[in-house]
Amino acid sequence: MSTPMLEIRNLHVRVEDKTILKGVDLVVPKGEVHAIMGRNGSGKSTLSYAIAGRDGYEITDGDILLDGQSIVEMEADERASAGLFLAFQYPIEIPGVATMTFLKAAMNAQRKSRGEEEMKTPEFMKAVRAAAGDLSIETDMLKRALNVGFSGGEKKRAEVLQMALLAPKMCILDETDSGLDIDALKVVSQGVNHLRAPKRSMLVITHYQRLLNHIVPDRVHVFSDGRIVKSGGKELALELEAEGYSAFDEAAA
Amino acid sequence: MPAIKETVEHVEELEVEKYKYGFKSDIESEVAPKGLNEDIVRYISAKKDEPKWMLDWRLEAFRRWQTMTEPTWARVHYPKIDFQDLHYYAAPKSMSAPKSLDEVDPELLETYKKLGIPLKEQEILAGVEGARVAVDAVFDSVSVVTTFKEELAKAGVIFCPISEAIRDHPELVKKYLASVVPVSDNFYATMNSAVFTDGSFVYVPEGVRCPMELSTYFRINEPNTGQFERTLIIAEKGSYVSYLEGCTAPMRDENQLHAAVVELIAHDDAEIKYSTVQNWYPGDKNGKGGIYNFVTKRGDCRGKNSKISWTQVETGSAITWKYPSCILRGDGSRGEFYSIAVSNGYQQVDSGTKMIHLGKDTSSLIIAKGIAAGKSDNTYRGLVSAHAKASGARNFTQCDSLLIGDACGAHTVPYIESRNATAVFEHEATTSKISDDQLFYCQQRGLSDEEAVALIVNGFVREVLQNLPMEFMVESQKLIAISLEGSVG
Repeated sequence: MSTPMLEIRNLHVRVEDKTILKGVDLVVPKGEVHAIMGRNGSGKSTLSYAIAGRDGYEITDGDILLDGQSIVEMEADERASAGLFLAFQYPIEIPGVATMTFLKAAMNAQRKSRGEEEMKTPEFMKAVRAAAGDLSIETDMLKRALNVGFSGGEKKRAEVLQMALLAPKMCILDETDSGLDIDALKVVSQGVNHLRAPKRSMLVITHYQRLLNHIVPDRVHVFSDGRIVKSGGKELALELEAEGYSAFDEAAA
Repeated sequence: MPAIKETVEHVEELEVEKYKYGFKSDIESEVAPKGLNEDIVRYISAKKDEPKWMLDWRLEAFRRWQTMTEPTWARVHYPKIDFQDLHYYAAPKSMSAPKSLDEVDPELLETYKKLGIPLKEQEILAGVEGARVAVDAVFDSVSVVTTFKEELAKAGVIFCPISEAIRDHPELVKKYLASVVPVSDNFYATMNSAVFTDGSFVYVPEGVRCPMELSTYFRINEPNTGQFERTLIIAEKGSYVSYLEGCTAPMRDENQLHAAVVELIAHDDAEIKYSTVQNWYPGDKNGKGGIYNFVTKRGDCRGKNSKISWTQVETGSAITWKYPSCILRGDGSRGEFYSIAVSNGYQQVDSGTKMIHLGKDTSSLIIAKGIAAGKSDNTYRGLVSAHAKASGARNFTQCDSLLIGDACGAHTVPYIESRNATAVFEHEATTSKISDDQLFYCQQRGLSDEEAVALIVNGFVREVLQNLPMEFMVESQKLIAISLEGSVG
């Protein structure tokens, strides 16, 4: 059996003085898409921040392995360069920095950190145009400051565009469906599906089952009170939708 | 907020003394004795081989200065300066008027090389998009090299050290010197009038578009020497000139005084663009040392539809006291002020502009961006005024401050005075912080914390950077990043 893309072992995470994650175990093999479902406040976003290495998310126990290598001692930018990507639930505005400029800075920072040469401008432009086309992103949007004044759909498309260009091994999508109408959801899902590949894995964090109609997962995990309480195939999402999260609370207790 | 806490810790351990340009070159200097008195004024005038009228003018200024006291209204704090404990003149010794760069003291060229402005490469280096830059390099007080002179002469443009202009073009100097900043304007301007040592003189004749960007690099090199630069730029009817001033100074323990005066005069339909990148030694991590920068810069839009625009990137000096201003005298004239002021460590900045609307239908624009980090204080102070006859005057002011960490301060002090009911003045101001969210977002995309801060700050100042000539824009981006190194943890 090959090394899993992401392996989380007994992960405990504390934020300020509150323990949020209480022993998460998860294995995402290469090429698979897993979904994590759970109600608000169950610790789903904490899990994504802890994996990405955000300051203030203190790992008190356990380990996170990316492609077999522990990443818990790495800074957030080092994890990014190692191939980890987090699509934000609420993408952050960077005033005055054109989307194009940001993309180039991010790509070159990662290349530099991996000891690769900077990307030449024509090569970069070509890559951006191709990826933007797939997501129906207008050139005009690339010239605007990143996420500033973007609609909900534009913000999420900009996230997927970054994901496409940075070509990560492991993608975490945090509530990617929030703030999207059904048409935007389709475009974004298509963009994500387009990026599914044998050497790339994804962890889709969501509240609702509807996103999983568009991005069909290999496995579904139910999250409650800082732990995974049940795992199953894609049909588990439908079960959850029908019965509600409360049916799983007992399992957590 | 953990990131903020780390920022503070990091700022505490910040070593400002790793100042990139902190070195001192060993070129023998000729130095006047310490102190300021009539004999020193005579000494400077004699050293400059000046005509008697100039000496008399200086002496008159000196006598006025003796009756004046230092201004104290700015939001800056420093120990009292002993003006009798400074040298007012220093010149490199090997001055035999070099004919070409080859004749320049190799040590001097080496110094410039460390500064990243190799004179030998200037012609090629500045050839960005066909532009050429003539460099009137000022080393301490004396102009050492002037290039591209011939080509400028062909266009009828005079670009030379002001000491040379005093000898060769006395009629122009007499007519314009102190016509914008009067001798008695303020304490430091009056002092400058008495002891100014060198600076640039530019004269652009009627209808001429200056064929290249004019550039001067200033440097203070002699311990305890105040540099008193005097620059005078005159743009005749329908002419255009763009002038760049860039500065770095070597590291030193004692505070150094700098009190420059810059005067710009734009006649009918003329335009002057004046850009500055200032990167003087800001002092060490305990706030010791650094340059005291007390500058008077003023432009006079004397003619109809004339235009003067100031662009400044201020990253250095321990204390900055600087208000490049425009007097909008001609009907339809326009003044612009674009500013980026970065402060870190213990730096104190009190800077801004004055837009004085005198003529009809005059307009002005102010875009000021202040970035404060470390334990610094950053104040924007600006005056916009319309006099009774300035009907239709318009101003738009935008003043934004960005704070990094929580031990620094940003202040905005606008003065708005209108004596004409048709004047329309707008003022917008914002204060923001680099958020933990922004830093984490950038880091998640692979940028280090320092790269993230540089990117966010460059976005914050973009509107101003865009107004700089190409070669300065790139330099300024780097400079801003260097100035903020270590400001986050």
